[in-house]
Amino acid sequence: MPQPSKPVRRPAFALGRRISTLEFLGIAGLVFAGLAIVWTLATEGGWVRPLFLPSPRQVLARLAELWASGQLFTDMGVSIYRITFGFAVSTLVALPVGILIGSYRRWEAAIEPFVDFIRYMPVVAFVPLTILWTGTGDMQKLLIIFIGTFFQQVLLIMDNVKSVPRDFINLGRTLQMPQWRILQRIVLPSAWPSIWDSLRISLGWAWTWLVVAELVAATSGLGYRITTAQRFFQTDLIFGYLLILGLLGLATDQAMKWTGRKLFRYLDVR
Amino acid sequence: MSVDKLVIAGLGKTFRSSQGETVALNGVDLSVGENEFVSLVGTSGCGKSTLLSIAAGLEEQSAGRITIDGEDITAPGLDRGVVFQSYTLLPWLTARQNVEFALRAAGQGGAALKHAAQEHLELVGLQGFENAFPAELSGGMKQRVAIARALSYRPKMLLMDEPFGALDALTRHHMQELLTGIWEKHRLTVLFITHDVEEAVYLSDRVAVMTNRPGRIKTVIPVNLPRPRHYNMVATQAFQDLHRAVLDAIRSESLAAARLATALEA
Repeated sequence: MPQPSKPVRRPAFALGRRISTLEFLGIAGLVFAGLAIVWTLATEGGWVRPLFLPSPRQVLARLAELWASGQLFTDMGVSIYRITFGFAVSTLVALPVGILIGSYRRWEAAIEPFVDFIRYMPVVAFVPLTILWTGTGDMQKLLIIFIGTFFQQVLLIMDNVKSVPRDFINLGRTLQMPQWRILQRIVLPSAWPSIWDSLRISLGWAWTWLVVAELVAATSGLGYRITTAQRFFQTDLIFGYLLILGLLGLATDQAMKWTGRKLFRYLDVR
Repeated sequence: MSVDKLVIAGLGKTFRSSQGETVALNGVDLSVGENEFVSLVGTSGCGKSTLLSIAAGLEEQSAGRITIDGEDITAPGLDRGVVFQSYTLLPWLTARQNVEFALRAAGQGGAALKHAAQEHLELVGLQGFENAFPAELSGGMKQRVAIARALSYRPKMLLMDEPFGALDALTRHHMQELLTGIWEKHRLTVLFITHDVEEAVYLSDRVAVMTNRPGRIKTVIPVNLPRPRHYNMVATQAFQDLHRAVLDAIRSESLAAARLATALEA
């Protein structure tokens, strides 16, 4: 006799269990909301001194004030300009170098150990040197972003190119394609999705180096404004700008993810 | 047998590394006649894939000669179509574009190119899937595109390196029937690598059995089964006898290897 089946109870936490996008976004949203509530209660209830942790209301008021005066956009504009340039220059140089050393062992031998060596020098330690070389202007910020991202990018891109399946290259060889055509028609298109991912990850690091450079020596930008705020005990401004930095990082990351999905749609057509 | 297409004589391959030398192939002699289907079977690691790589011109031999139509093979070429075990379909191109990619490399263009691509996709039964990306295709379908691609530019012969090795048993049978069908209709020279004995007997005119490393040809067994071949032939006594003969030849090799391993341990 077939028994009426009882509903199967599945554990809420099972290894690798999938959830819907809606549930994912819901949980993520709840965590943000929860933190905001705790923050509001702790500050509005007078449990923490505003000097150490201002209330969300104070932070938003300060941001609104800076928005109205245009200061917020001036600061953001300067920082975005620097990161755009620094990241673009770094990427434009890293792409050919990474592709070259990923494709030819002799070039790898010539360049990879040197890049690896520099990569382990802390970027912060370059700050005094870059100021000595170029002063405290935009050029110095670009240099710090470049030093911080370029060497990482080169190694990531090299690995991306190296992971192109050997049989793809062999296919080109059996079709008697010349080397540069194999590189152009097979290796690069094959490596593009992972190179794009590497760029996305290194863009996150570029933000860090930008703010580091602006904190140490600058006369404008988001990082600079945070330093001056500390001098005047404007903790609400510090928090406001931290939020802005987080949002900018999140936005650029999501934008690159979205673009990547559009560019490489053939990978998940199913 | 007709004229020899591919001739392998005294072929040897030694790999050198920091750990020393490995002799992969030693004194391989084999020929594949014009429009003949020859399978190469052997235990894993016997060097059969290395042999195919050398025939494809992707690797160089250390000794001996290998010729196609009397000319030494020194590099890859469009006279040999290669089907790899990994599907090697370029993921950013559709099925049609993958075939066209090869035709373009072979110097074709225009309407002839479009026509040849369509014709070969139909040959492998992929009409309706021309515009699908590899990610949308099953393993068997991907390998059909790879076969269509290798045939499209009309090479003198086809080199196939365990092309159905990654497929499930049912799909593998379908692919074997498809390949036999194409072969019986169009007659091609094929060197086919596999470790599946039934597959080798079913497809081939002759089955060459390789020894353990260093690999050479231990014996060549002619398959005198009538054509066209059907899958129900597998159950016949004649098929089973051939299957047994090939298996015995391979088994004696595996046993020898096991004995050697025990002797070395003792």
